[in-house]
Amino acid sequence: MIITKETLQKVAKNARLNLTEKELEEFLPQIKDVINAFSEISRIETKDIEPSIQPIPLEGVMRDDKPSKSLTEDEIFANTRLKKDGYFKGPRVL
Amino acid sequence: MNAIEFVEKARKKEIDIVEHTHKVLEKLEKINREFHYFNTISAELAIQQAEKLAKSPKGKLCGLPVSVKDCICVKGVETTAGSKILKGYKPVFNATAVENAINEGAIIIGKTSQDEFGFGSFNTNTGIDFEIPKNPFDASRVCGGSSGGSAGITQAADFPHISIAESTGGSIACPASFCGIVGITPTYGLVSRYGLIDYASSLDKIGVMAKTADECRMMIDVIKGNDANDSTSLKEDYKEGNVANIAVLKEALDVDETVKKTILSCLEKNGIEYDIISLPLAAKYSNPAYYLIATSEASTNLAKFCGFKYGAEFSLDDSFNALFSNARSACFGKEAKRRILLGTFARMAGFREAFYLKALKARTMIIREYKEAFKHYDLLVCPTMPITSPKIDEISRLSPLKSYMMDVLTVGPNLAGLPHLSITAGFSNRLPVGMMAIADHLNEGALFSFGSGIEQA
Repeated sequence: MIITKETLQKVAKNARLNLTEKELEEFLPQIKDVINAFSEISRIETKDIEPSIQPIPLEGVMRDDKPSKSLTEDEIFANTRLKKDGYFKGPRVL
Repeated sequence: MNAIEFVEKARKKEIDIVEHTHKVLEKLEKINREFHYFNTISAELAIQQAEKLAKSPKGKLCGLPVSVKDCICVKGVETTAGSKILKGYKPVFNATAVENAINEGAIIIGKTSQDEFGFGSFNTNTGIDFEIPKNPFDASRVCGGSSGGSAGITQAADFPHISIAESTGGSIACPASFCGIVGITPTYGLVSRYGLIDYASSLDKIGVMAKTADECRMMIDVIKGNDANDSTSLKEDYKEGNVANIAVLKEALDVDETVKKTILSCLEKNGIEYDIISLPLAAKYSNPAYYLIATSEASTNLAKFCGFKYGAEFSLDDSFNALFSNARSACFGKEAKRRILLGTFARMAGFREAFYLKALKARTMIIREYKEAFKHYDLLVCPTMPITSPKIDEISRLSPLKSYMMDVLTVGPNLAGLPHLSITAGFSNRLPVGMMAIADHLNEGALFSFGSGIEQA
């Protein structure tokens, strides 16, 4: 499989990572190395095999529909200075 | 005196819990200056807990010093998962496992070093500005990862102590092996993950490290149990299991010759008879399946770290995407970036079917292969790691792929959510050699019996 510098830049952009030129040069052969080694998995015959998103079967769990204690507003905002009027202050979107 | 004896004495007021806690904290400061096992020593909390407990000593962990891996939340104590992006974050709640331990009288002494978010096999992928913990047998060598700090302090402590650690692909077994202690990774879901800073949600398990199997059991019995805050936590308890039939995994014997000899000689010395069986799918596909699933899940789990709300804070002058990208680029270490890139790649349109979905299907096939083996055997045994602890400078010369291949023996049971226990089988060149026993889901009882039997012999 061919992974180019452009592919890696696209992946980095999707992942919200700015890679320096030096990082791109370092990571590209490493990622190629790993993906090439792991690509053997794409050749396994998996007809009629269901994917396991969990290691053991789990049942759906719904809690009782009763009010319960939650974090207070002070607790929710305890770890940031970026807050105003009960909201997080975030960066501009537009 | 081990942890079990200590708790008995503390409950009878034969030990001054406050004085003992002060002494332990002094020792930790000294050990940590040289070996870097802790990211934070929670002296203030420990003394508060000891003073409160001393008034009415009680609980299954009464007065016992307990360390906690840095990815597990402790209320009011900086919890970083070893990452610069969480510097300064102080949780406002305890992880369920920690809460259970505190309710039984545990004294929380600090947060242990780890590879950033658990991304490593040697604890050398510590985050930016974090120290690498050193092996207690040889300070030029690694503790193993990712729960290296937990393993190091468990071996180095000359006082009763147990650590609450975490494994995604071998992060308890590997450092237990390199540091010569016992590590239990329970069945997926036996211990609640609530309050664990996740790496890969379908693989993460909170477990325990201690000097003996009985001490591991003591802590697992406190922290296990169904939790309404974790929908993946199990309602069933583990069972007491027989250890009548044991198989050694053939493919896992293709390791360093001295490691292989130490394992087989330990089994023989203990009079343990075994068959040798082959698990070809697990041997061939566990590593790629694990890394593709783990990095895919990690790349989404880590999307929440973005430079505001908690941890590292960045200026809001930038736009939405620029702020996130700048914060993550400045704060994540190299291995975190590599794994995010790998996981994002494996999930991208055009590659998802060939990588991520194939890995999930391979996981099904691997689970079936293990389950078939457990129809005939109570335990599957193999070396924990292919080598003994390497030198810190040797690791920097390993390529990422070679480093990932070192997990070849531990990723299988982790991928299948199977409980496994690493115990010291012996020593090679004065370094511990870990032996791993793997059991069927919820058959932890067999693992504890096996570990205890080896220790008594």
